[in-house]
Amino acid sequence: MKLRKGPLLLLLTLFIATGIYAQVKQVKKTVHYPGSAAAMARGKIVYTNICLACHMADGGGVQNMNPPLISTSYVSGNKPALIKIVLNGFKDDVEINGQKYSNNMLPHSDLSDQQVADVLTYVRKSFGNKASAVTAFEVKKVRALIKN
Amino acid sequence: MKKLFILLLPVFALIGLIVFNACKNPDRTNTTDAANAGLTLPAGFSAVAVADNLGQARHLVVTPQGDIYVHLANSKKGRSILVLHLDGDKTTLKTSFADYGGTGIAIKNGYLYASSNSDVYRYKLNDKNEVINPGQPERIVTGLINRRMHEPKAIALDNDGNIYVNIGAYSNICSDFDPNKTGCPILDSAAGIWQFRADKPNQHYSDGIRYAGGLRNVVGLDWNQQDNQLFVMQHGRDMLHDLFPKYYTIKQSADLPAECMFALKKGDNAGWPYVYYDWIKHKNMLGPEYGGDGVKAADPKFLNPVAAYPGHFAPDGLLFYTGNQFPEKYKNGAFIAFHGSWNRAPEPQDGYCVVFQPFKNGKPDGQWEKFADGFAGTAEQKASGRAVHRPCGLAQGPDGSLYVTDDNKGTIYKITYSK
Repeated sequence: MKLRKGPLLLLLTLFIATGIYAQVKQVKKTVHYPGSAAAMARGKIVYTNICLACHMADGGGVQNMNPPLISTSYVSGNKPALIKIVLNGFKDDVEINGQKYSNNMLPHSDLSDQQVADVLTYVRKSFGNKASAVTAFEVKKVRALIKN
Repeated sequence: MKKLFILLLPVFALIGLIVFNACKNPDRTNTTDAANAGLTLPAGFSAVAVADNLGQARHLVVTPQGDIYVHLANSKKGRSILVLHLDGDKTTLKTSFADYGGTGIAIKNGYLYASSNSDVYRYKLNDKNEVINPGQPERIVTGLINRRMHEPKAIALDNDGNIYVNIGAYSNICSDFDPNKTGCPILDSAAGIWQFRADKPNQHYSDGIRYAGGLRNVVGLDWNQQDNQLFVMQHGRDMLHDLFPKYYTIKQSADLPAECMFALKKGDNAGWPYVYYDWIKHKNMLGPEYGGDGVKAADPKFLNPVAAYPGHFAPDGLLFYTGNQFPEKYKNGAFIAFHGSWNRAPEPQDGYCVVFQPFKNGKPDGQWEKFADGFAGTAEQKASGRAVHRPCGLAQGPDGSLYVTDDNKGTIYKITYSK
């Protein structure tokens, strides 16, 4: 009898363990960004209203046309350059991971400094990106530079 | 009995484990239907993938000898036109040439025509429809506008020695070039179909005729032999809601405007950017950039489409079926390859299919129907726009089979009918 209990126990343990794993996996992970949770929430609203139509809900963009916002230095790199793209729009050829993207992006200078900061914070911390937040002050500085 | 139960317990546990694990992962990718290469088709039709992983396979043409010329959007190792030889349901790469990526490709009167995003070339064919000098094409048209957006120069030829070339608008709705709404200035050299001679080298704009204008972008076009007339599929404008939220809901912006089929005559004006077609109201509407509000109709001087399809489906291929293999109702009707949408977000994306449009006496007759679907993959892959395959080019084989390219994975499908 004892011999048979071994595999039974092992299978039961496996059964329960995988079950628990499945349960845990189904619970959505809440990600905490200290001090920027509100900015993330506000940024998501701006993203949904302004950016999603072209860059898509998953930030993956559109083949040949609208560039992805994932794993690219355009998004995760230099902040003033990124802010400038939002304020001025973008008409350059973009090549990301060997793919070219050609649609023009309209300027979004009608957004407030805070809205630009929020949406860029959201983009830089979403879709697998792990870059730093953008502040309204940083946007203000770039906006002043563009005007001059 | 109890002993037997204990003995069987591990078996139950194992079954439970398998069932439980099978159920817990609802987003697992469905295995694609191996039959019909994953496509769904009307009864009697079947599909096979005769080629795979070719690259961005755009338009194609099939010769009577069973060679397929397919044009890639971007050249691979300096070659953008692949020549595949068909042997039943399989193909082998025969050769490749042309150092320019592009979309257009056609055969007429002993020549292969192909376009880059700015020029049109032709190659003399031998009596087996093989290119004689792949390295020395004759440049027919040169210097067409290529400003990245809507840049493919799709082509079609008539029976009188002319070639028709699409020159797409390098803009969604011209607002970036017409801020004061005094008239779109780019219409003189883009947003239309130009006509050139098919045999005259090095033609520029000044050698051609602006055959029809006010067409935002055309990728699918074909010469209708019954009407002896050019038919084109226009890609309608984007962003009605994003630009005019007070006039258009998100849902309306996903459904509108129509993707239109036009039967063109010389001098026609389809109205871009001033006009768009509402397929629900069945009328041309005044564009919101030029005083429209979603209700005001357009000036009747603009050309009406002969058929209209849901918004953003992106028609990239048009073919009039003249073969004898398919049932009688398909004869002289139109197949349209819809590349699939992106500007329907946040609504689910749609398109990614081949549609059949019945024709009678050279005019669309009756409701269009989905002919081949399933290119996108799962419902989720379709809705998110992360489609696996995207239909682009269409061609008819010598035996009346229909060929469809996919420019995402580079698959070529062969669709056949048997009673």
